[in-house]
Amino acid sequence: MIRNIYAITERELKSYFASPVAWIVTAFFIAMWGFLFAAIVASGREAVIRPLLNNFSVTFLLAGPLLTMRLIAEEARTGTLELLLTQPIREVELVLGKYISSVVFLMFMLLMTGYFATLLEMFGNPDEGPMLSGYLGVLLQGMAFLAIGLLASAFTQNQIVAAVVTFVTLLILWLSDSLANTVLSGTAADVVRYVSITQRFNDMPRGIIDTKDVVFFLTIVVGCLFLTTQVLTARRWR
Amino acid sequence: MISVEHLTKYYGPFAAVNDISFEVAEGEILGFLGPNGAGKTTTMRILTGYMPPSSGRVIVAGCDIFKDSLEARRHISYLPETVPLYTDMSARTYLDFVGKIRALDGRKRKARIEEVAEETQITEFMDKLIGKLSKGQRQRVGLAQALLPDPDVLVLDEPTIGLDPRQIVETREVIRSLRGRHTVILSTHILPEVSMTCERVVIINRGKIVAIDTPENLQRRMQGADTVDVEVRGPAEAVQAALKAIPQVTDVRQRGNAPDNLVFSVDSEIGVDLRERLASTIVERGWGLRGLRPSTVSLEEVFVQLVTEEAPAA
Ligand SMILES: Nc1ncnc2c1ncn2[C@@H]1O[C@H](COP(=O)(O)OP(=O)(O)OP(=O)(O)O)[C@@H](O)[C@H]1O
Ligand SMILES: [Mg+2]
Repeated sequence: MIRNIYAITERELKSYFASPVAWIVTAFFIAMWGFLFAAIVASGREAVIRPLLNNFSVTFLLAGPLLTMRLIAEEARTGTLELLLTQPIREVELVLGKYISSVVFLMFMLLMTGYFATLLEMFGNPDEGPMLSGYLGVLLQGMAFLAIGLLASAFTQNQIVAAVVTFVTLLILWLSDSLANTVLSGTAADVVRYVSITQRFNDMPRGIIDTKDVVFFLTIVVGCLFLTTQVLTARRWR
Repeated sequence: MISVEHLTKYYGPFAAVNDISFEVAEGEILGFLGPNGAGKTTTMRILTGYMPPSSGRVIVAGCDIFKDSLEARRHISYLPETVPLYTDMSARTYLDFVGKIRALDGRKRKARIEEVAEETQITEFMDKLIGKLSKGQRQRVGLAQALLPDPDVLVLDEPTIGLDPRQIVETREVIRSLRGRHTVILSTHILPEVSMTCERVVIINRGKIVAIDTPENLQRRMQGADTVDVEVRGPAEAVQAALKAIPQVTDVRQRGNAPDNLVFSVDSEIGVDLRERLASTIVERGWGLRGLRPSTVSLEEVFVQLVTEEAPAA
């Protein structure tokens, strides 16, 4: 079980590091971070990372789809999925292996941004608590985005379709907060607000980790991974 | 080792595979022969657990491929029609990955990779990216992948496609060497391939089995007679009449129309060798005997015959 997952993750990570898309996303990610850092922290002259993290999660709307679009769609297109699904491995192992690789790559990207946090530490006196909880928030949110992307990638052989579907889904989740506050009212607004990612995310960089929010993100992850497994298993149904 | 029972596969209303049954014994090499769209790939995909049949069942090494899929898949390795390769990896890392999934451990895996690389002759480009290999080279990497786990059952979908003549010969050699140790099903539309590598042939057309037999038997069955080709210089009608007059000759057909170089196919009852009698008949009359050889109906003709016979019925 573990070995199979590990083998899949390892291969997938090699693909990530060999892929121009992943490097372009990373470069874009760090450039955005640098830009926001300069714009917010430098101009605000305040050693806090919160506004940075708040703005920053927007970049995930793009990074998420780009990092996950390939995962299953490409294997279906080139026929390697036929190899994997006729090997003695379970669909869950395949899905977990792929998902973990994308999360590892996300962590790698976040690690690169540690540079800016280090700058804050060196020249300012930031509050470590909110910074860490902020990072945790970014990671959890990113993990949810990646799981959604993986699910979309399982439905199609076309990477672009997978990316667009993921992007639109994320955008809806992202905008649902403003939607709830402006257009809707009453119960509808509450429901929409409940699924809003922004709402969930905003507290974390303030140093507040609400279990409910953590559970919310993890539910998305587990739900999407489960569905992805089901999509792959469905081919074996009569 | 493999038992296929009343297998049927519908794509929508269309039956790509229609109620086929056959068995493959342990250590046997079975050829799966049929024209484009016959249902070969579909059958192989079901056999390897890639997709379920609409009805019927497949037992591989005692396990139902549908109900006990994971266990059955441990006994099978598969070379799909579209060779499943990761273009951003080298052949070595690719084989290493497959080895890991097949639970081959460290040193054993390395040794085994060298072994199959040698066997499929991919050693010289093992460290090149697969994306930069030629079609034939990729096909061989695909075959190496299938051989790597050394499984009980090998399912090879058109394993020699895209190879050059020398490689085709060598790949067939590799497949033949599996006989006895492994059970192999290979599909092809190249007829000589079956007679060269397989012990038994399943001929399939439009999703139905047309014939199952050894290549030799199929040939004999279709032939129903022994035939000798005779090349003569002489007057066509007189020669034909004289040959026909020989006892035990059942039929004489003229082939080719070169004016003074005639070729006749002479049929006789099975097991009768007419060559001497034909030679003396021709020489006695003062005609020129230029050639005399027994003709074997190739499997190619068998195939064409079987398939065209079936066509109007379907
Ligand atoms: N996914 C699919 N959906 C619908 N029809 C299909 C599908 N796959 C195959 N078919 C049809 O089923 C029939 C059998 O196809 P199959 O691929 O098994 O043929 P084959 O014997 O492998 O042919 P070839 O020699 O060209 O590889 C064909 O008529 C094909 O059009
Ligand atoms: Mg085919």
